[in-house]
Amino acid sequence: MSENKIQVKNLTHAFGDLLVLDDISFNIKNEEFVCVVGPTGCGKTTFLNLLTRLIIPTSGEILIDGIPADPKIHNISFAFQEPSAFPWLTVEENIAYGMKIKKESKDVIKKRTDEVLNLLGLQKFRKQYPHQLSVSSEQRIVIGRSFAMHPDLLLMDEPYGQMDIKMRFYLEDEVIRLWKNFKSTVIFITHNIEEAIYLADKVIILTNKPAKIKEELEINIPRPRDIASKEFIEYRKYVTDQIKWW
Amino acid sequence: MSRKKQISKFRYNIYAILSVVVFLILWQLIVSLGYGGIIPSPVVVFRTFLIKMTDSRPDGSTLPTNILVSLQVACTGLFLAIAIGVPLGWLMGWYKGIDRFVRPIFEFIRPIPPISWIPLTIIWFGIGLGAKSMIVFFASFVPCLINAYTGIKETNKTMINVARTFGASNFKVFTSVAIPSAMPLTFTGIRIALNSAWSTLVAAELLAANAGVGYMINMGRSFGRVDIILVGMVSIGIMGYIFSYVFKKIESVVVKWRTV
Repeated sequence: MSENKIQVKNLTHAFGDLLVLDDISFNIKNEEFVCVVGPTGCGKTTFLNLLTRLIIPTSGEILIDGIPADPKIHNISFAFQEPSAFPWLTVEENIAYGMKIKKESKDVIKKRTDEVLNLLGLQKFRKQYPHQLSVSSEQRIVIGRSFAMHPDLLLMDEPYGQMDIKMRFYLEDEVIRLWKNFKSTVIFITHNIEEAIYLADKVIILTNKPAKIKEELEINIPRPRDIASKEFIEYRKYVTDQIKWW
Repeated sequence: MSRKKQISKFRYNIYAILSVVVFLILWQLIVSLGYGGIIPSPVVVFRTFLIKMTDSRPDGSTLPTNILVSLQVACTGLFLAIAIGVPLGWLMGWYKGIDRFVRPIFEFIRPIPPISWIPLTIIWFGIGLGAKSMIVFFASFVPCLINAYTGIKETNKTMINVARTFGASNFKVFTSVAIPSAMPLTFTGIRIALNSAWSTLVAAELLAANAGVGYMINMGRSFGRVDIILVGMVSIGIMGYIFSYVFKKIESVVVKWRTV
């Protein structure tokens, strides 16, 4: 557990003259759940795109198990903010998609697909198409698809940004359940402080653009967490004070 | 299907049949009352239709032969256009190099009306199957290609990124994300191609043929046989209807995810 799974070293990125990320370094332990919070527009999404190599950083490097991150070598999965379930695949085909790309055996694909469908409670809908389900269920398929790959690193970009509060609480518990079951290493981006403290082992707080790390904060509250408890509120207040983007 | 749905489906079918019946009655009435001019009554047209099933006068072929000749031309041209146009459109949409290479020629051919190929193809291939299929091909190739191309171009970027972060190769992203997402527009293109195929086919047969429904219509004009002209037109209408029905069925199987 103590070994560093992900090492980010001096990550810097500029779009032309616009410096977006300035010298970011941090480590993530194996099976750790990390939330990244920061002001809106501070470069959180750029940060994620760098991690998945959709954009190549101006300088600095990202190592997974000591090797530079590469989607062709590593098992990286990404749950995007926008709906990204493939409409032409059924629920179960969507969940199996990433595993098929990674050329997992049929048995493994079948086993993990069933596992995810059970955890999500979507067995009944396995043969249906995403548009036949609600928007929140569609997002749950996407998250299930990401976990099903047993990723080295799972990135989530405000996946619950468009959900109402009730759905959000429900889905946050669900993501914890999936995470515990699949023992993944997760980076979860959000601008919701409460969500970050509820989910994370560690919260990374970013500053305004150009984004730097303001603080890395371990959240030592036992799970399941109570958002109304005294410690929780203290953490929330502390992180809010650190950000103060208003 | 629920009972209520069944009843409403039945009712809409009745409406559809009723509209045809009303049309035929009006037609018959107008002719019977002497306002039809040279137009024969539907009964006469129907009788000619039956006679034409076995009689090759006045144009030299029976109606089934004519239809078969036209179908052969339409299918050859159309399927060639789909088989070449659709994959080429997909490839151009995905691979910049192919797009750059093909585009100048395509953009040059595109504005030339398909019918203006007729004289050239007659000199080239004579008046047989080759020439007319070629014209049908030119007419249906363009919509197939453009729609397949646009379908690929409109693929959702996020979905491409999903496949990329999973480590899919560029070709795999093309086949597993871009092509399925281009399917609905591709079929729209094929449907448009279907229409232009029929219209150019008849035009080609009017000008250069020795059999076919278009040729039959033209002969009907030469002999002053309006009933023959009408039989030809009705046959084309029915064939076009069957074609689009068949393609709709194929479409609903291929893009099942859209229709369920």
